[in-house]
Amino acid sequence: MIGVLSLQGGVEPHLALLRALQLPARPVREAAELLACSGLVWPGGESTTQRKLIARFALGGVLDAFVHSGRPVLATCAGLIGCAERDYLDVDVERNAYGRQTGSFQTRTDDGHALSFIRAPKLRHLGPEVQVLATVQGDPVAVRERNVVGVCGHPELTGDPWLHALALGTAGAAKLPEAPLAEKKIADHTRVDDPRTTPPFAS
Amino acid sequence: MTEQEDKNAPPSFEVKLGLARMLAGGVIMDVVDAEQARIAEDAGACAVMALERVPAQIRKEGGVARASDPAMIESIKQAVSIPVMAKCRIGHFVEAQILEALEVDFIDESEVLTPADEQHHIDKHALRVPVVCGCTDLGEALRRIGEGAALLRTKGEAGTGNVVEAVRHLRALRGQIRRLTTLEDDELMAEAKTLGAPHALVAAVARSGKLPVPSFAAGGIATPADAALCRALGAEAVFVGSGIFLSEDPATRARAIVAAATYYDDPRRLCAISKGLGKAMPGLELGELRPEQRLAARGW
Repeated sequence: MIGVLSLQGGVEPHLALLRALQLPARPVREAAELLACSGLVWPGGESTTQRKLIARFALGGVLDAFVHSGRPVLATCAGLIGCAERDYLDVDVERNAYGRQTGSFQTRTDDGHALSFIRAPKLRHLGPEVQVLATVQGDPVAVRERNVVGVCGHPELTGDPWLHALALGTAGAAKLPEAPLAEKKIADHTRVDDPRTTPPFAS
Repeated sequence: MTEQEDKNAPPSFEVKLGLARMLAGGVIMDVVDAEQARIAEDAGACAVMALERVPAQIRKEGGVARASDPAMIESIKQAVSIPVMAKCRIGHFVEAQILEALEVDFIDESEVLTPADEQHHIDKHALRVPVVCGCTDLGEALRRIGEGAALLRTKGEAGTGNVVEAVRHLRALRGQIRRLTTLEDDELMAEAKTLGAPHALVAAVARSGKLPVPSFAAGGIATPADAALCRALGAEAVFVGSGIFLSEDPATRARAIVAAATYYDDPRRLCAISKGLGKAMPGLELGELRPEQRLAARGW
């Protein structure tokens, strides 16, 4: 069972993508729920809000224990910031590095995976043990250190399952769809979607 | 070319929707100055709504309520790192363009301000910044999505501290969505006519059983229990207007409402969260309002 840390943020898109990968998943907010999971997604949202809820409800210790147990973790956007703050990833992160929402965008990684960057952070310094998994125009956007994968953007918003399968596939029997979801999705994303002509969820 | 390189074109709808999705589970708080914005951020707000007067003050003082002074919104942007939203009048696309030029993160086309156009809402597809709109039922929700809203909220009855209208609107949305899923395909056009909503969107909701954009609650939320009630009725997040900074102890109440939005279905936690918050804002019975004082009736 994959837990999706459900304090504040974009939980539903991760649950939907994990379902598509046939990885059983559930939202988690309690220590016992988290410790019963075999993998964890730390979703995007507001890193400040998430940090305050972790402190107020004393979830830091159990997150530390989970990560140090070696079970796989995927952290997106605010989750990446949280992992850097808690030293799960030896990286420096600059928050909102592309500016405000007007600087948000969708693009492909240099190896072709679709990512949404929403008020996204940038990776500024990588420790010696940190492995780069993906770049955009040469800049690292997804990294791994031991069992923790962090990404600046949102693969769950584009429906591209590559990083979930890579980070969490060992926590269950991940089955990649035969035709990558992203091929179809990104085609829709590269132009302005106008629901007057293109109803959302039409696909 | 990535979206990022073409700064003038509106981004794809999905990019606007992306920020709406990241606000889920959170609390968006009305603030009137930088100090309140810092209190809200420190309490765990996932965004702030910058405005010159909270709805209860607008209600009391009367007169025409307009978009806030850009300098005031700017000072709030500088005070916090969380997203900053701001309100424009219904149909006032120039106020919206000004807020876009100011680079707020989200625009609220809001019935709390005095409507500028009684017939037309803003064409929200034309804006680069995502827009949230109020709704009272499914037809209104789908009309706003048709115009390009990336996020919906209930109208509730702002500035009353009375959650009854927000609950009415959440119940209406849920009930009407559930009803749509029971219809046959050949019944959807008649339903679209009844709802006054685009057929394509009606069909999409009938198929998926949910709205194509997130829906939050707003209007009259004053306590952690109010916030939890709205979450339990399907709102993915809550806006709190007058309820925080017109209460006796805003910082404590703000923290409590943030926690209640997360643990909304855990009564044991809600009990602990709700203790010792001081006085809530004074509330208004809806019967005390004259019809022209009802903000939810603005827009269509």
